[in-house]
Amino acid sequence: MYETNYHRPRDLAEAESQFAAAAEARYLAGGMTLLPTMKQRLAAPSDLVDLGRLAELKGIAVTTDAVTIGAGVTHAEVAEAPEIRAALPALAALAGQIGDPHVRHRGTIGGSLANDDPAADYPAAVLALGATIRTTRRELAAEEFFQGLFTTALEEGEILVSVTFPLAARAAYAKFPNPASRYAMAGVFVARMPDGAVRVGVTGAGQDGVYRDAAFEAALEADFAPAALDPIEVDASAMLSDLHGSAAYRANLVKVMAKRAVAAAG
Amino acid sequence: MTSISITVNGTTRRAEVEGRTLLVALLRETFGLTGTHVGCDTSQCGACVVHVDGKAVKSCTMLAAQADGCQVRTIEGLAQGDQLHPVQAAFHEHHGLQCGFCTPGMIMAAVDMIERHDARLDEATIRHELEGNICRCTGYHNIVKAIQAAADQMAGLRQAAE
Repeated sequence: MYETNYHRPRDLAEAESQFAAAAEARYLAGGMTLLPTMKQRLAAPSDLVDLGRLAELKGIAVTTDAVTIGAGVTHAEVAEAPEIRAALPALAALAGQIGDPHVRHRGTIGGSLANDDPAADYPAAVLALGATIRTTRRELAAEEFFQGLFTTALEEGEILVSVTFPLAARAAYAKFPNPASRYAMAGVFVARMPDGAVRVGVTGAGQDGVYRDAAFEAALEADFAPAALDPIEVDASAMLSDLHGSAAYRANLVKVMAKRAVAAAG
Repeated sequence: MTSISITVNGTTRRAEVEGRTLLVALLRETFGLTGTHVGCDTSQCGACVVHVDGKAVKSCTMLAAQADGCQVRTIEGLAQGDQLHPVQAAFHEHHGLQCGFCTPGMIMAAVDMIERHDARLDEATIRHELEGNICRCTGYHNIVKAIQAAADQMAGLRQAAE
């Protein structure tokens, strides 16, 4: 790892000013992607601003129609929180499938979303549930937030503060993990909202990162059953292709995972 | 350089660290606690697992500065004198190791898993919970048996104490 200056701000305002004062700063959340990337010398920030202990980024709040999770809440905390398991069990289950237990103890929801890895799990839930992302500067709808591989609407120095997920009537996440990395080869979050609308978020498979599948959504609004997806062909030309799986393989996997998610949502 | 203070296995220690110093480097190179291993350097293998404030973490993927003020427990902190921790004893009894390189991380992961599940573990859960620890020789079978035996023994000890 190249040299870097470590900062631990007391609050969000100090974090933003430390970030602005540095030559080439990065925010450090759980560090589960940033630190391995720095170890491989693929990233070399001059300064690290550690958000790990900011009380403003902690906390889980559940109302009758939404769950709000602080950006600094770890995957293990989301997976285990009784209030999330009761209100939005699909989200707790998703968090419990990220990485491994040690990664889940450090990795955070805000870090995952700000990194926007095309194979990360949370983006599928954020899109499918139509979550709202609050930052130090504004509120963003899920559709505005994700802008392609490893790219979000976050501006230089802007900090993701919390995510608010509307509660679904039924929801489930089905993921086919890469056996080595545990990242999604395809992960599909299906949500049927209280008004009957169905939203489907797909991660791990699309060339442009996480996306909503309009054909799946229309079919499931007409008939919320796995078989409703049978006639739909997933377009392989829009899929990622790499040594772990071809585009055609991923296209098939997306449909299989979508059907499993619908079956699990019941 | 950053001045930090860390309580390792019950002893508070101070150190001057660079921003980039990893927790595992501090433990091994500065404190001489070489029981914690570096197996892969890509955050996958789990040989470096220690407990920070009671939670199992990969010490190769955490900066020493991030552990400032924290309680750290390493493999050296498990045994009480000559008396092995029940998980260590179970790995010995069930031959849960071959070359032994992954063993410190396996044992620290096992202790964390047993504590989180209140010592109620079945084989499927143990195998699932070992996702973050790679053994490249014994092949998990005896590791799983050792963790199961230790969990059962610790559950029994808890019941006896109640």
